[in-house]
Order: sequence, then C-alpha cells, then structure tokens
Amino acid sequence: MLNQERLTHLKQLEAESIHILREVAAEFSNPVMMYSVGKDSSVMLHLAMKAFAPSKLPFPLLHVDTTWKFKEMIDFRDQRAKDLGFDLIVHSNPEGLEMNISPFEHGSKVHTDIMKTQALKQALNAGGYDAVIGGARRDEEKSRAKERIFSFRDKHHRWDPKNQRPELWNVYNTAIEKGESVRVFPISNWTELDVWQYIYLEEIPIPSLYFAKEQEVVEYEGTKIMVDDDRMPEALRKTAKKEMVRFRTLGCYPLTGAINSTATTLPEIIKEMLLSTSSEREGRLIDKDQEGAMEQKKIEGYF
Amino acid sequence: MDIIDYLKQHENKDMLRFLTCGSVDDGKSTLIGRMLYDSKMIFDDQLAAAESESKKYGTTGEKIDMALLVDGLQSEREQGITIDVAYRFFTTEKRKFIIADTPGHEQYTRNMVTGASTADVAIILIDARKGILTQTRRHSFIVSLLGIEHVVIAINKMDLVDFSESVFNDISQAYGALADELGIKNTYYIPVSALNGDNVVDKSTHTPWFEGKPLLELLDTMDISKEQKAENFRFPVQYVNRPHLNFRGFCGTIAAGSVAVGDEITVLPSGKTTKVKSIINAGDISEADREATTQEAYAPMAVTITTEDEVDISRGDMIVHTHSLPRVSNSLKVMLVWMDEKPMDTGRTYDIKRATSVVSGHIEHINYKIDVNTYERTQVETLELNDIASCRMVLTRPIASDAYKENRLTGSFIVVDRITNNTVGAGMIVGVSRRDEDVIKRNGKHYSDAEKALNQYIRDNFPEWECKAV
Repeated sequence: MLNQERLTHLKQLEAESIHILREVAAEFSNPVMMYSVGKDSSVMLHLAMKAFAPSKLPFPLLHVDTTWKFKEMIDFRDQRAKDLGFDLIVHSNPEGLEMNISPFEHGSKVHTDIMKTQALKQALNAGGYDAVIGGARRDEEKSRAKERIFSFRDKHHRWDPKNQRPELWNVYNTAIEKGESVRVFPISNWTELDVWQYIYLEEIPIPSLYFAKEQEVVEYEGTKIMVDDDRMPEALRKTAKKEMVRFRTLGCYPLTGAINSTATTLPEIIKEMLLSTSSEREGRLIDKDQEGAMEQKKIEGYF
Repeated sequence: MDIIDYLKQHENKDMLRFLTCGSVDDGKSTLIGRMLYDSKMIFDDQLAAAESESKKYGTTGEKIDMALLVDGLQSEREQGITIDVAYRFFTTEKRKFIIADTPGHEQYTRNMVTGASTADVAIILIDARKGILTQTRRHSFIVSLLGIEHVVIAINKMDLVDFSESVFNDISQAYGALADELGIKNTYYIPVSALNGDNVVDKSTHTPWFEGKPLLELLDTMDISKEQKAENFRFPVQYVNRPHLNFRGFCGTIAAGSVAVGDEITVLPSGKTTKVKSIINAGDISEADREATTQEAYAPMAVTITTEDEVDISRGDMIVHTHSLPRVSNSLKVMLVWMDEKPMDTGRTYDIKRATSVVSGHIEHINYKIDVNTYERTQVETLELNDIASCRMVLTRPIASDAYKENRLTGSFIVVDRITNNTVGAGMIVGVSRRDEDVIKRNGKHYSDAEKALNQYIRDNFPEWECKAV
C-alpha cells in the first residue's frame, strides 16, 4: 500500500537535494557550503542538517562578507551558527578593505568584482576546497537553466558553458584533478515558489528583512535602497523617507532594491510573489550592468 | 481561492519530468514557451492580474515570440539555436513540471540521451505537413532506449493542414507501427498548433473531431504511478554516518521498493546478512528532533538505515531484501551510448560509476552498433561520438546488477575517462553476461536459466507435485 503513494513534489525535491549533498560529502575530501544568509541558503542549510542527522554538518559554511551586507544578515548568520553548531568561515577581500571599496563610490561593477568575485576566489584558493556547494536555482536566470548540478571548474575557477560534462540519471561525475573543483547546486530544480513553500511548511528561520516593515529608504539608481548605516553618502541619506518595504533577495544593502509591500507573513509574501510579474533578480542591480551579465560573471568565476 | 487554500493545494502536488523532442523547425521552443506562458493562471488574484496585463498589452499577447521565453545562453541567442540541455519549470495546481529541453540535431544525440535519462514522459513533435521523418525515428529510438514509458505525439502545425482529421489519423497510425516496433508502451496523440495554442492548454475549436485531452491536461492527469509500484528493494549505500561510537548509519536514496524495521537484508556484493534495526527518514528530521525515526520507507526517499549486527558495509555496497536478491556479476551485457569526441577503446580501462559505486572496467567486446535512424545493426571495432551499441563489459569487481528495464537507477551507469575525468559514455545494463559469471552463492546453490525453466515447466504442468519455485 505504501508503495502506491507518490511523494509530493516538495518531498521529491527534498530527497533529490539530500542525495546530492550526501554525494558531495562522500566523494570529496574538502567540501565547503556557500552561505549567503538569504532564503535559498537557509533552505540549503536546512536540507544539509537533515541529510547528516544525527551528525553535525561534515563541512564548514563559507560566507563571503563584502562588509556591505545588511547588519541584520550578519547577526542572523552568527545566531544560526550558534544554534546549529556548524563551522563558519567568514572572508573579506583584504585588498578591497584597504582600498575602501564602496558601491557608492566605485559603482556596482567594481564593488562586485573586488569584494565578491575576487574575494570568493581568494577564499576558495585559501581553503583549497575541491567542492563548493551553492544555492543557485535553474529558474533564476537563463544561463543557469543549462548548468549542471555538479558543474566543473578549472584551476582558475572558470566555467566553460560549451564544454560541460553530460549529466545523467542521478549519477554524478565527481572526478577531478588536484587544483580543480566542482560547484554543486543541490537546489537546481527548485523554483522560487518551491523555496517559499518549503520555508513555510518546514518553518525555516529567515532574516526579517524578507517581511514588510517600515524602513528608511532612498531612491538610488532607479531602485529603492535602505539606509542601513551612515556609510551612505550624506546627500543621499538626506532624501530618506519612511516606507513599508521588504526585500525579495538579500545582498549588499546599497545594491539591493526594496519593494513597497504590506506582506508581513509567509502566505502574504507568497501571494505577492505569485502576483508580481517581474522576476526575482530584478531587485538586484548587478545583473543590469550588461546584456548577458550573469553568463559573463559565471564564466569569470562568480556564482 | 485564497492564498491559504492555494498553499494547501500546492502542498500536495505531484512532480512530473518530461522531455521535448523535435528540431527548431518543429516549433518545439514555441510549444514550451506556450506552456510556460499559458499555464500561469493559478488563483483568483493572479487570474485578475493576468487579465489586466492582457488588457494593458492588448493584441501583442498573441504575438509574443514564445521561443524567446525559452532562449538560453548568450552565444546561442546569437546563433539562434539551442545547443545543450536546459531545464525549465512550470506548475499547475496538480503538478510541478520539469522540462528537459534538448536539441534535435543528429550530432546532439548525447544531449537527448542526457535529457531522457531523468524523464517520466516524452513529447515527440511531428510537423503535420511532413509526417514521420528520420529524426522522429531517432527520437523515438532514444526514448525507448532510455526506458521512457509514456510518449505523447504532438502533431504540430495543424493550422497549416486546415486541421485535417485524416492527416492526423494517417500520422497517428504510422507512428503506432513505429511504437510497436520499438516496444513503447503508452502512446498519446494530440493535434496541436503551438503557435496559436490549439490543444495546448485549452481544447481547440478547430478540432471538433478530436476526443482526447489537450496537452497540458493530459500531462496533468497522466497516471505515471505504476512506475514506482512495489518492486524489489534496492538501496545503494551512499554515505556512512558515524557521529559517535554508538551510532553507525548507512545513508542513501531508496532506488526501488520499500523497507521496514525488522526486515532481513543482504549486503552485496559481500552477501552478509542482518536485519534493519532503525530507519531515519531525512524528511522527518527537524531542528528540534534530530533523531526522528520511522517504521517504513519507500522509493525515492533519502534515508539512513541502522542494522542489528555490526556488519561491514561501505559506500558502493547495495542493501537488498534477502528474499529478492539481484544477480551479482562482473561481466555485464550493456547498451552503451558513446559521448566523447575521442572514440571508445576496447581494452582500455575506464571508471564505471553505477549508483554510488565506482569500479574500473573495460568493454571487452562490441556485439553490434545500432543505427538510430534505421535501427540497422552493424559490426564495428570502435565507437565514435553519439554511437549506440550493445557491448559486453567486464569489471574488476562484481556488482549487484539489475536490468535497466527493471530498475532505472540501479541498472544505469556512466563511463568516466580516467585521464581526462570526462563523462565519456552512458550505459544501461541489459543483463548478466552468462559466459564468465561470477555468482554469489545463495545458500550454496545457484540455478541456471535452464534449471529455472525446468522448474517453471514442472510447476506449470505438474501442480500435483507441489514443486517449490526457485
């Protein structure tokens, strides 16, 4: 009788993701999981806690801190590390810190390159990781729709979209040479709706920035950004006004657009998401830099 | 419907993975774009939002280039073709769908095999003006090779043949013969116009003679559950979880069947036996309860199993029910798809990854190569990119092996080049090669096919002997 049942789509997705996470732990000697503190990372962390129960996580979490993240993200991150007892590695690009890189001053392209892409490369080189687990989903962006779940990277962390390894059934090729690595995306087949529904069902903690609240916001490069600290240029800060807003993605506060919203519960957020016609990444300024921006960034080594 | 009801309904959705086969000219991207675009209306508020959108943009709604919705990489946009496997998603109130979108050109057999490997259903597009073409035969062959049991034949561009019933019937009949030849079990025929949306989401008024369901409704209601019915329990051990001395759990994804606490199990290839002591279903784990256990679990759950006895079990082993043992052998008859620019070398050692085990081995003999267009068999010495062949594969260690037809996840493997580390081939186990079988002893006795046939004959014809089955 039991066998006649089919698992619901979320249970099937969950099982697939757990299979992928265990495959990483079994096949690689030095894996790491990227932790961005956002909702996708939260789901991934939750899945990993399930995959290895009753043990603790067999790999550390890595957060690339651009130092421009929302303050709440950092508090939330440290609290989760304490509650769940995972190893947390935080890395910021020391050269970038020295140069005082600021998205306001240097623009999103330079900031992202130095504080994110370069910082990530530094952290990966320093850690010598052979597998890097990331929370990217195939529905997020067109170039991601074609990426493998186990995505090969050469010694320079580069992705070659035209020369990917065929990936069949649930049999993943994990063979690499020293210095090479694999990016692994356990929630590739989840959509934004799946992620939210899963957070709702499993009661997964997420930062409160996802929920609508009255915040100080300013208009900046066509989007609304939140005044999170006084590094925002004073002229800009002066224009701040209070509005009910929330965030659909979380990143560097000067580069993360807020949306006007009254959604204070998960069902309300999901409802808002279903009704909105713009895609999730629209709130992220970095994708607008150039046509095919994400594909280019991925080839260079950005997640 | 309000949002809470909506969420309840979506909690219990099923998931279906399908593959679309067709070339650029068949309107494949248009069909996918149409499904992605037209399936968006979900609950009341959303419906209202969509309606106001249509009003705003007026007639352009019909004229949107659907193919652009599914277009992928920048380099491909420039070429105007799809060159690899892309995965797309959409949802209805009943199911979440994952589409594997693969190209139809011959040189890309590799990609289609890849996309087909995870699909439950295949949609084969046929241009109503052209009927069954060489590529239709190719697509159908690969679909049957990869064990897809449900095939939807979307006869497209019906608008260009005046929605002619006889054109539809002729093509359906011709395809029926092809399906029989290939042993495709379930076929469904639909007359569509992807461009105009006829019979894609809604039933078309242009085809009053058509009694079947439109495409999306068919995909929504198709019964694919029999694929997961009670089968022999197969559990490839993926990872050994050992947090402390008192706990030793074997993690993995149940590939087939079900298992319960107390079941007698055998570990292969060693043949050691024990009983299931406890089962942790990873899905049940929460932050509050990190040790939740369950009495029974079934495919495709990700679980952790502990055993009554201290038995040596490691990654790559297969745990099965003692009463339903698979064959264990190092010599296998397989169907192999070659996926590398560099030809296959008989005699060269490759790594064979099957489920969670990696064993080195080589292709000892190519029985025949099969032409994907004509299905003709030829004798060859080597395999080139996109070649498909029946081979005898010899491994350095025996593995528990099911036929791919019986079990997709334990009957499939990839071939990895030990120098380049590339995935150079994909294979499906047909059976154990009888010649030099390395058989595990079952209570000291193994029966040959002839002995089994004799046993069957006696049981069929002399029931009064009360002969036991072997």
